[in-house]
Amino acid sequence: MEEWKPTQMKKKFFTTTMIVVSLLALNGLIFLGVRFIFGIGSISNIDNQYPWGLFKGLLVAAGVALAAGGFTTAAVGHIIHQDKFHSITRPAILLAVIGYTFAGTSVMIDLGRPLFIWHPIVMWNGSSVLFEVGICVMIYLTVLCIEFLPVVTERFIGRVNFPGKLKKINNITDKLLRILDKFLAKTMFIYIIAGVVLSCLHQSSLGTLMVIAGPKMHPLWQTPILPLLFLLSAITVGLPMVILISIICSKSFGIKPDMEALSELGSMIGPLLAMYLAFKIGDMMLRQTFVYLSTFNAASILFVLEILIGTVIPLRLFLSRQVLKSPVGLAIASGFVIVGTFMYRMNNFLVAYTPPYHFNTYFPAIGEFAVTIGFICLQIFLFRLAITIFPVISIPEASAVKTKYSIRSTVK
Amino acid sequence: MAKQSRRNFLKTAAFIGTAATGLSSKTKAAPKNILSNDRMGTLIDTTACIGCRKCEWACRKAHDLPAGLIEDYDDRSVFNKMRRPDAKALTIVNEYKNDKPEGFPIDVKFQCMHCDHPACVSACIVGAFSKQENGAIIWDTKKCIGCRYCMIACPFQIPGFEFDKPFWADIKKCDFCFERTKSGKLPACAEICPTEAITYGSREDLVKAAHQKIKLYPDRYVNHVYGEYEVGGTSWIYLAGKDFNQIGFPKLGNEPAPGVSEAIQHGVFSYFLPPIALYAILGGVMWINKNRKNNDHDTEI
Repeated sequence: MEEWKPTQMKKKFFTTTMIVVSLLALNGLIFLGVRFIFGIGSISNIDNQYPWGLFKGLLVAAGVALAAGGFTTAAVGHIIHQDKFHSITRPAILLAVIGYTFAGTSVMIDLGRPLFIWHPIVMWNGSSVLFEVGICVMIYLTVLCIEFLPVVTERFIGRVNFPGKLKKINNITDKLLRILDKFLAKTMFIYIIAGVVLSCLHQSSLGTLMVIAGPKMHPLWQTPILPLLFLLSAITVGLPMVILISIICSKSFGIKPDMEALSELGSMIGPLLAMYLAFKIGDMMLRQTFVYLSTFNAASILFVLEILIGTVIPLRLFLSRQVLKSPVGLAIASGFVIVGTFMYRMNNFLVAYTPPYHFNTYFPAIGEFAVTIGFICLQIFLFRLAITIFPVISIPEASAVKTKYSIRSTVK
Repeated sequence: MAKQSRRNFLKTAAFIGTAATGLSSKTKAAPKNILSNDRMGTLIDTTACIGCRKCEWACRKAHDLPAGLIEDYDDRSVFNKMRRPDAKALTIVNEYKNDKPEGFPIDVKFQCMHCDHPACVSACIVGAFSKQENGAIIWDTKKCIGCRYCMIACPFQIPGFEFDKPFWADIKKCDFCFERTKSGKLPACAEICPTEAITYGSREDLVKAAHQKIKLYPDRYVNHVYGEYEVGGTSWIYLAGKDFNQIGFPKLGNEPAPGVSEAIQHGVFSYFLPPIALYAILGGVMWINKNRKNNDHDTEI
């Protein structure tokens, strides 16, 4: 068995793709500037009829779902304790850190009073679902940062090198880092479990969000088991996201992907998808909402597409041995699940929502697309930047040392 | 103690049951405890409304919104389009066709209904909305973060938002003239209404009065007081001569507007038991798996 060791990536940063990504990110930021001068209405099509648009549906809800890789890999790697997944835990946590940071930022740009974003910390409303989501996401982001800290200490222990006058504090910083590292090693299990619990809570509550909209929601999506469906779909999409990121990284940096771990992860997705599909279809049968599928409109088409793309097709793919063995196959199958989850979140928050009084239907404005694409590109940018600074991506090595938690590595 | 934990267990079990079977359990919205029996209400008789829109003007005046000249409100061409309350107009009047051949068009004033079990109060992330003892639902500008979840939750689609303000956008809706009624004045719209289509008083009395009116003039009214039971009851109630769903009122059930949302929420968080239990279970699984790994390792050596 090969040993995998996390290493900093050293390669030209601004490849052609990265230049395009940077430009798109910049474009998004320009539109964002407009929002902070003329208000959220100036760049988006949201109004009193459709108060939540692409930002909430895609950047926040779908963003949080896709960042679920952090907690699913933590659960698989540490709680079920499978050593072979250690090569993918770091990318998964980095993915989650960046994903959740941007989900938070997206909430902030969407708020009408962004400077009051801290209010939920001190002003509590226990019956509000959104309050629970907000608090859980805040705590979880903190936990994620703690989970990522060992990577930072590993990077800098023995390599602290402040220039000039700050040289004096080099020694003490190094010592502090070592103490921090030891402390984290002893307590990491607390954060790992907390992360899984917090994720389960807010991923399901994201589903509960729209329950209060009641009859405004299309019956195909409005169900009391929304929290369960959201939790299941978040767990399901977490692993494909990590697989896709790992494969893209190895392609981009010309390293061999850890196919042993990825295939094993992939083989777990099939049963998860099947379980999700069973609940989705079972719910439809129990509430007899299939009658709405007989009418041919945007809602019914999108509902069918969502299930086909997000569940049925990838379910078939992930059950095939050939797909599990090939990186390209895995990437494609994972892509289906990811797109499907995107569609579920979008359908749930935007397509399903029909207010009692409306004069038009909602379609996102150019500004909303620009900011959304910009934010996604910014995340790619930061991810690539982070893996060149910190040892995140694992490469095969003959003599790596085994450690207690793969988030950490040994200190030399 | 034992009793307590059994109750928690039952609550959790009930939640899981709810979630698993998809059955909805009935629930009461949070502020039921502060609903006093002599809370105030308003009865709107749409058969008496002549569509003069003086209430719109008075409302704007009372809430420091740009109101313009009162004469401009005589313009009836605005009725060609259906309008909704927003951040610049907390109440509006719409006009609907009357089926009865001799009848005048039906004018209906819309504003916040001030539900008895309000979804906005339940939903608000920071508790900026509150149901007052006199029935009014008011909004605290110092708390609001502008997330617009109240707008998602409101079954009557009432809260309006200032989409053109980058930093300090307000949610605006009818506040039942909370400041005016506190000092003994009538709500601005009720005060100005020339035909007394808007009656302000104790909700209990108004419900009785409404039923009395229906009894006395069965030809004039449909036998339905809108808001008496809708979404668990609203402070503002309506009488009409035509089916309410044909004059712009949404068809709603009698369950409180927050629906199962609060049941799910309180089920997941009953005394923080389910999260703590999950934490303990995961910790146990982690410990067992690690020990097993270590043992395997030992035997290998």
